[in-house]
Amino acid sequence: MTPVMRNTALFGLMAALLIGTGMVQGWNLALTILNMGLISAILALGVNLQWGFAGLFNIGIMGFIALGGLATVLVSMPATEGAFAAGGVRIILALILGAATIVGAVLVQTRMAKGRLRALSTVAVLIVGFFVFRAVFDPGVEAIEAINPASTGYLGGLGLPVLIAWPVGGLLAAGAAWIIGKTALGLRSDYLAIATLGIAEIILAVLKNEDWLTRGVKNVVGIPRPVPYEVDLQQDVGFIERAAGLGLDPVNASTLYVKFAYGVLFLIVLLLLLWLVQKALHSPWGRMMRAIRDNEVAAEAMGKDVKGRHLQIFILGSAICGLAGAMMTTLDGQLTPTSYQPLRFTFLIWVMVIVGGSGNNFGAVLGGMLIWWLWVMVEPIGLWLMGVITSGMADGSWLKDHLIESAAQMRLLTMGVILLLMLRFSPRGLIPER
Amino acid sequence: MDLINAIVAFANFVFVPALAYGAQLSLGALGVTLIYGILRFSNFAHGDTMAFGTMATILVTWGFQAMGISLGVLPTALVALPFGIAITGLMLLGTDKVVYKFYRKQKAAPVILVIVSMGVMFVMNGIVRFIIGVDDIDFADGERFLISARTFKAMTGLDEGLAIRTTTVITLVTAAIAVALLFWFLNKTRTGKSMRAFSDNEDLALLSGINPERVVMVTWLIVAALATTAGVLYGLDKSFKAFVYFQLLLPIFASAIVGGLGNPLGAIAGGFVIAFSEVMVTYAWKKVLVYAMPGPLEPDGLVQLLSTDYKFAVSFAILIIVLLFKPTGLFKGQSV
Repeated sequence: MTPVMRNTALFGLMAALLIGTGMVQGWNLALTILNMGLISAILALGVNLQWGFAGLFNIGIMGFIALGGLATVLVSMPATEGAFAAGGVRIILALILGAATIVGAVLVQTRMAKGRLRALSTVAVLIVGFFVFRAVFDPGVEAIEAINPASTGYLGGLGLPVLIAWPVGGLLAAGAAWIIGKTALGLRSDYLAIATLGIAEIILAVLKNEDWLTRGVKNVVGIPRPVPYEVDLQQDVGFIERAAGLGLDPVNASTLYVKFAYGVLFLIVLLLLLWLVQKALHSPWGRMMRAIRDNEVAAEAMGKDVKGRHLQIFILGSAICGLAGAMMTTLDGQLTPTSYQPLRFTFLIWVMVIVGGSGNNFGAVLGGMLIWWLWVMVEPIGLWLMGVITSGMADGSWLKDHLIESAAQMRLLTMGVILLLMLRFSPRGLIPER
Repeated sequence: MDLINAIVAFANFVFVPALAYGAQLSLGALGVTLIYGILRFSNFAHGDTMAFGTMATILVTWGFQAMGISLGVLPTALVALPFGIAITGLMLLGTDKVVYKFYRKQKAAPVILVIVSMGVMFVMNGIVRFIIGVDDIDFADGERFLISARTFKAMTGLDEGLAIRTTTVITLVTAAIAVALLFWFLNKTRTGKSMRAFSDNEDLALLSGINPERVVMVTWLIVAALATTAGVLYGLDKSFKAFVYFQLLLPIFASAIVGGLGNPLGAIAGGFVIAFSEVMVTYAWKKVLVYAMPGPLEPDGLVQLLSTDYKFAVSFAILIIVLLFKPTGLFKGQSV
């Protein structure tokens, strides 16, 4: 079987799984899985760029996704009335002061002669800067959070169309990646891993705690949509007629229509990105990246700027994750900082990339869709399995109750086993790199 | 101004909790550092190994409690701890045989082993959630306080109380015993010496007839003991929750790296550095400062540098600073 046939067959299988889900469990669920699967595929593309092309080990994906989510709020939510006047200026001033402190510390480090005096001045600049920052910052935050805390209490956004938030999410993530890359790239691979793991937790801590920015754990709900609302569709006479023509009732048709519309949007983004990364992979730039990945020393000897290229691809990959994060929050219609869990948003993406085939963009896309489908399906399958296992047991026995209750926890176990089996028996993935 | 009360408040809210947390982190970091030294990869499953060990101990504890066995003032979990260690040890040896051994034979790159350990992390996390669930479990029994704040106040006549919790004392004593045993083992016994030799130079160690599989096996057993002890102590001190143990991974790694990966002494120092900075930066100093400062200088606000949820940021910031200025860690570890 040629690779092309094999790959077509694999994607065909994926389509069959989705269609099968639609026929057995309803098209609503199938479209839900498809939409998140498309986003997962985009995430996998981003991680594949970093790991597959360049061998960079990033386990802070969750942080970049969360930054994308933040972008949706900042771009698309309406500005809270009076919030900016109350404390916005102070906060912006404080942030500038904070940045100035860090720049000052870096300047002291680079300009002064090495020695105790330099160390002391750096620490002094940082400490003074921190207290000045807090003195300016805190009153502003208090003023903003005092404005109608039950429904707003935050700055709000720019009130622009939500689609603009997608590239902005990418930009935010790229900015964060630049900072991490500047400090952590060039260290050994596991240090980069720990650094990214840490930064993801910090980004999340900021999202959870800075109520003036994201309302923290109170969540931002009602983020504007790029597609029409179900309620509006159900009152649209033309829509009801078309739905009736297809033999659907308006309520059902409107949910399907909205999900389908999201799916089309996501598919456009995915195809565009896939085209771009395929072009990149087969360009001299892509070949250089793989050369660096396979032998850094040799690539450096050929005059390639290894650290610079690593920084570049780290930023690009993270930007894709940020973009996907913005899409995810748009799909959810709300930003819930507590819902970001590293196992789901970082490590699951890694399972997707490894299973799909690291270094191959189509593999990443397939892995994203397939693993997401499995992630959703493991729960009903586990429940069914537990039902079969426990069918012989007496009703009400503690073991039966425990097993059925725990079926929901089967997901992580399954994902781990799949990852381990893949790494052991097919380390190059379903669609290997050519 | 009341310096004694200030010192007592400082000890009660900062020093004692940080000491206990530091001991727990140190034990965790020792496990990470040993695996790094001998098996040469960063084990991302370590947090979940701790969770697994704690879970095993909790199950045995429940068994003992059902049988009516208890230690009186001390928590029953201490009796269950050796059993928990044994179960975890078996589990780790099994994992090594089924998973890691293959890659060791292949001489796979460290980063592949890290990804493999991610898979193990998933599986272990799944097993723990499957068996014991995701709820908060408080398994500390026995006396809660050695000296409660009220007794302390009555004893000394001060305004501030210094509560010494039983779990804090147990943590420190157990950690001290564990560390002493570990260092005795590494420095005095034949197996321990062969482990250090293997860690320093694998080729020379193999040449002098050290059996690598035996070294690896002993390492996993020691790691099981350290991880389980760390996990149980942390669980006794706070409470057991599978997800929290996963989150401990970051401070534990920070401790190990700050101390110098592969260096056991460094891991202990790193654990205390991280614990003290986390607690001190996120503590609201108002109470201490009100006592320590003369009247007019008393602060109005909480004097909290960062909110408690930013404790990860603290370990992370220290980690970055150390990596930038002293990549091999405070104590010379294996590196780069």
